[in-house]
Amino acid sequence: MKKLTEIKGIKKFVALLLTFVIVQLLLSFNILNDYIMATIATICINIILAVSLNLITGFTGQFSLGHAGFMSIGAYTCAIIIMRYPSLPGFIIGLFLGAILAALLGFVVGLPTLRLRGDYLAIATLGLAEIIRIIFLNLEITNGAAGLFIEVQYTNWLWLFIFTAGTVILITNFINSSHGRACISIREDEIAAEAMGINTTKYKVVAFVFGAFCAGIAGALYSSYFYYIKPDLFGFLKSIDILVIVVLGGLGSISGSILAAFVLAVISSLLQSFPEVRMVIYSVLLIVIMLFRPQGIMGSKELSLSMFNKLGSIGSIFGRRNGGGR
Amino acid sequence: MSILAVNKLTKSFGGLTAVSNVSMELNHGELVGLIGPNGAGKTTVFNMLTGIYVPSSGDITLSLRGKNIRLNGKKPNKICKEGVARTFQNIRLFKDLTVLDNVRISMHKNIRYGLLHGMFHSKLHSVEEKKLLDKSVELLSILKLDHKKDELAKNLPYGEQRHLEIVRALATEPSLLLLDEPAAGMNPAETAKLTEIIGWIRKNFDLTILLIEHDMSVVMRICERIYVLDYGIVIAEGSPDEIKANERVIKAYLGEDMRNA
Repeated sequence: MKKLTEIKGIKKFVALLLTFVIVQLLLSFNILNDYIMATIATICINIILAVSLNLITGFTGQFSLGHAGFMSIGAYTCAIIIMRYPSLPGFIIGLFLGAILAALLGFVVGLPTLRLRGDYLAIATLGLAEIIRIIFLNLEITNGAAGLFIEVQYTNWLWLFIFTAGTVILITNFINSSHGRACISIREDEIAAEAMGINTTKYKVVAFVFGAFCAGIAGALYSSYFYYIKPDLFGFLKSIDILVIVVLGGLGSISGSILAAFVLAVISSLLQSFPEVRMVIYSVLLIVIMLFRPQGIMGSKELSLSMFNKLGSIGSIFGRRNGGGR
Repeated sequence: MSILAVNKLTKSFGGLTAVSNVSMELNHGELVGLIGPNGAGKTTVFNMLTGIYVPSSGDITLSLRGKNIRLNGKKPNKICKEGVARTFQNIRLFKDLTVLDNVRISMHKNIRYGLLHGMFHSKLHSVEEKKLLDKSVELLSILKLDHKKDELAKNLPYGEQRHLEIVRALATEPSLLLLDEPAAGMNPAETAKLTEIIGWIRKNFDLTILLIEHDMSVVMRICERIYVLDYGIVIAEGSPDEIKANERVIKAYLGEDMRNA
């Protein structure tokens, strides 16, 4: 049993390392152009955002529409610090400071608002994100509506990879610990959870703060990759975008969120060549997916190696049939 | 030795007084029944005992390990930590989770690793999780649910869901167990088996049990004392035989034909 988990762990590690090395090689031989790299960055940032929102909404069952607000705090904090101290340590400090500030705000706001349930919480978090946006719009240090221009790009594939993999691994571990199960029990039945000794307020706040922290990291990565940030980038629509990824991937499925972030980015970049109908096709695709899989791509299940084995065996049946036909 | 003392407990919802001046006393190791017609306020009493409702007035005192703890106004999870566990009348399992997870969640309050250990899956995490798993399976095996530990709770047959509720309550390591109609919807054979189980866990877990039940065959057979509630008031208290003979109870609840029973 122990050996099995060890082998699994090694397999995962090798898979991660391979992903990193392959993309890095493709980049260093200039096979991937800037446009593809930007898509990869978007995917990584969206994965961090979606997985962390999934922790709040999919696992803990707290409907939040304020994720873009936490993201913007990370983005602005990191941008401001990089502009003062344009160096790698500046970037790292800015990134973590942004994440910590987002987490702090999550704590201060979460404590009173997480008493609200369902749609009421959604409205409250929506209001929070709007307040943050308006504040950034009016502050001098954030340069108001014109936004900030960051001259140096520190976010590269290495940092994107480290923080994306880190976020996913930490959140997955958390979900598979006793504390994570406490969060899930709140989603399942809050009254029963409380009666079984779970401090529901504590775990709602924990999920909210952890999610906000990760959103802050995503924001920081964004600002130092795409050079330019303005308050409008982190409005209501951005929160909805993240929610769409989570719902499409499946509430309560980490691998679903990753898959959906990937699929949506690919779809939207493939549609770049049809600018007139791009958003229409995108929306129709969303509607179709939701009609045929209302529980999301993965439901609440996780992608696993055994699943691939199953798919493989189905495939081999088809293969044999084809061979017999000939 | 008294373990739970309820003194003049009252709960009103707006103008309606659901429970009024209820006083009860449970001694250590006793199995006490709480009966009454529909809407008499039994579940409301349970909800006050477990902190889901805050009493309008009155006192609930739990006496454990030589300490007196006042329960009213405490949050449900605090009350659970003091050693009071319950089951629900309308089954409230974590339906989309496995049987094992249902039990493990109840054991969370005794977990000894912090959030960071959970995020990084440290050595302490794996040691504690292993202990948790062994203990859960052991508890599940008492009610023969251990071979179903990986099934989703919602896929269990009805009777086993009721059993799982009891295991989940036991997993919180209670001193006082409140069972809210554990035999509801069960057939006579299942009910008989359940009655046996309740007696067995009381002995082996050193529990004091307060039981709400409609099925008279259960109540009369296993309860040592019975409180009868009607319109939120305790109208009688005593041994099963005394209750069977009590005129007020017969009139309010048991019906005329119980005289011949």
